[in-house]
Amino acid sequence: MTCLPSQTDKKLGLVIDLDTCVGCQACVTACKEWNTGGHMAPLTDIDPYGGHVDGVWFNRVHSYEHTTEAGGRTVNFPRSCLHCETPACVTVCPTGASYKRASDGIVLIDESKCIGCKLCSWACPYGAREFDSDVGVMKKCTLCVDRIYNDNLAEEDRVPACVAACPTSARHFGDLGDPHSAVSQLVAERGGVDLMPELGYRPTNKYLPPRAHTQRAASVPAKALEPVRAEGGFLGWVDRMLSN
Amino acid sequence: MHPAFSVVFFTTATGAGYGLLALLGVLGGFQIIPADFWLGLIGIGLALGLIAAGLLSSTGHLSRPERAWRAFSQWRSSWLSREGVASVATFIPAGLFGIGWVLLGKTGGWVSAAGLLAAVGAIVTVYTTGMIYASLKPIAQWHSRFTLPAYLIFSAMTGGVLLNALCQGFAIGSKMLLAACVLLTVLGWGWKLATWLHNDRLEIPTTANTATGLAGGTVRSLEWPHTEENYLLKEMGFRIARKHSARLRQITQALAFALPVLLLAATFALPWPFAAVPSVLAAIVQFAGMLVERWLFFAEAKHTVTLYYGR
Repeated sequence: MTCLPSQTDKKLGLVIDLDTCVGCQACVTACKEWNTGGHMAPLTDIDPYGGHVDGVWFNRVHSYEHTTEAGGRTVNFPRSCLHCETPACVTVCPTGASYKRASDGIVLIDESKCIGCKLCSWACPYGAREFDSDVGVMKKCTLCVDRIYNDNLAEEDRVPACVAACPTSARHFGDLGDPHSAVSQLVAERGGVDLMPELGYRPTNKYLPPRAHTQRAASVPAKALEPVRAEGGFLGWVDRMLSN
Repeated sequence: MHPAFSVVFFTTATGAGYGLLALLGVLGGFQIIPADFWLGLIGIGLALGLIAAGLLSSTGHLSRPERAWRAFSQWRSSWLSREGVASVATFIPAGLFGIGWVLLGKTGGWVSAAGLLAAVGAIVTVYTTGMIYASLKPIAQWHSRFTLPAYLIFSAMTGGVLLNALCQGFAIGSKMLLAACVLLTVLGWGWKLATWLHNDRLEIPTTANTATGLAGGTVRSLEWPHTEENYLLKEMGFRIARKHSARLRQITQALAFALPVLLLAATFALPWPFAAVPSVLAAIVQFAGMLVERWLFFAEAKHTVTLYYGR
């Protein structure tokens, strides 16, 4: 049913720390590795070794240059499904293939009902849904439903593959509906934000902005390096004469 | 947005088909147009043919057309599902009206009721088509107050010009209908110009800043996550039209509005059977022009996901 639940028992989602993400793509690879054998398998790759590589990924890491008056910096930006509270991708679905779970708020696709009309991908402002042209259905992040409730895994492994893989702990998983959860506290402490809040999709996932620039960086006393090799010819002669 | 030909043809053809059906239902059902076997057969046949061709074309857009029947189930939330239900439901009164008006040569009573219901169904279907696009918040050019009226106006316009061509062909053309077609075409022209003006001045609150949550300053895309174009860029990062948009807008104006107005004006001055020629030409030229208009409608629309790619 593509009508949305009026409320969900939990709001499971991710908190992504843009301050500590180093853009190593480990989450991207771990996501692909797990999910190509998981709930929405396969994550088809088309022409993987050719000149026109294409394929389905649930998680993509962009890099941006953010320049403000305080200075500039590189920000690595992982982008995946935000499991919105009012996901238009679900309500536009004509077949009931897309749904939001009342139990934990995860947005999923029932592949067997998808007709591949692609309207849900138009309705998602974040580009979270990618079409699998080989299978002919839409695919998206499942928040690793097949990991987080998986009794066959050790308890510490019952987190999304991207979270488990992150070497800098830039990704956090938990219940954002519970104000006392570790992720909610982190969002409150660091001023976590919604992406495109003006569109009103009310994303569950939150992004922690990079920490403020600091003036406490160590000063560098060494002089800038100069070319070692002496210039030849007339200009080299001028240089030598003037240097004396 | 990538202008898939199946969807461009679908919305243009069904728009004209439902417009013609609605006008036949009302004007035929209430004896404003006389019940004539051949006029009725060709008119209803053309309307339902355009609708059926459009609907078939739209299933061509689906990757899993064998599951298309499922699309009738989610009418509570989905405009696309509502469109499916409305389009199929409209065939019932349209079929009954066709039987009564064309085959039995009747008007009044249940035939008029069926004609009226077919017209209502046609308008509702075009309304749902417009709402599919108007309800998509990530595409500012579509999520505007111009989109829904455009679908309704263009449906009435192309349907009216088709009906005029038919009536002129059967020597029952009227100055009233002709004048209405000129007015509708001018209205469509004005609406399109106003839409373009609005879109060109659009100030979209969603920026690379709000898309990334990085407040203040500038956010410049440094590196994509992938080296080749992916689904998102192929489907939603379409850019060719922006390069040629000025010329394509001229072509749209010439074919969809200016030439039809001139040809319809010529029809005023000519006696039957010569009047039929510019009337039929007007319908054909306008349909071609509307295909260009619909192609631009998609191609000029910019999706918020392109912000992530610095486009």
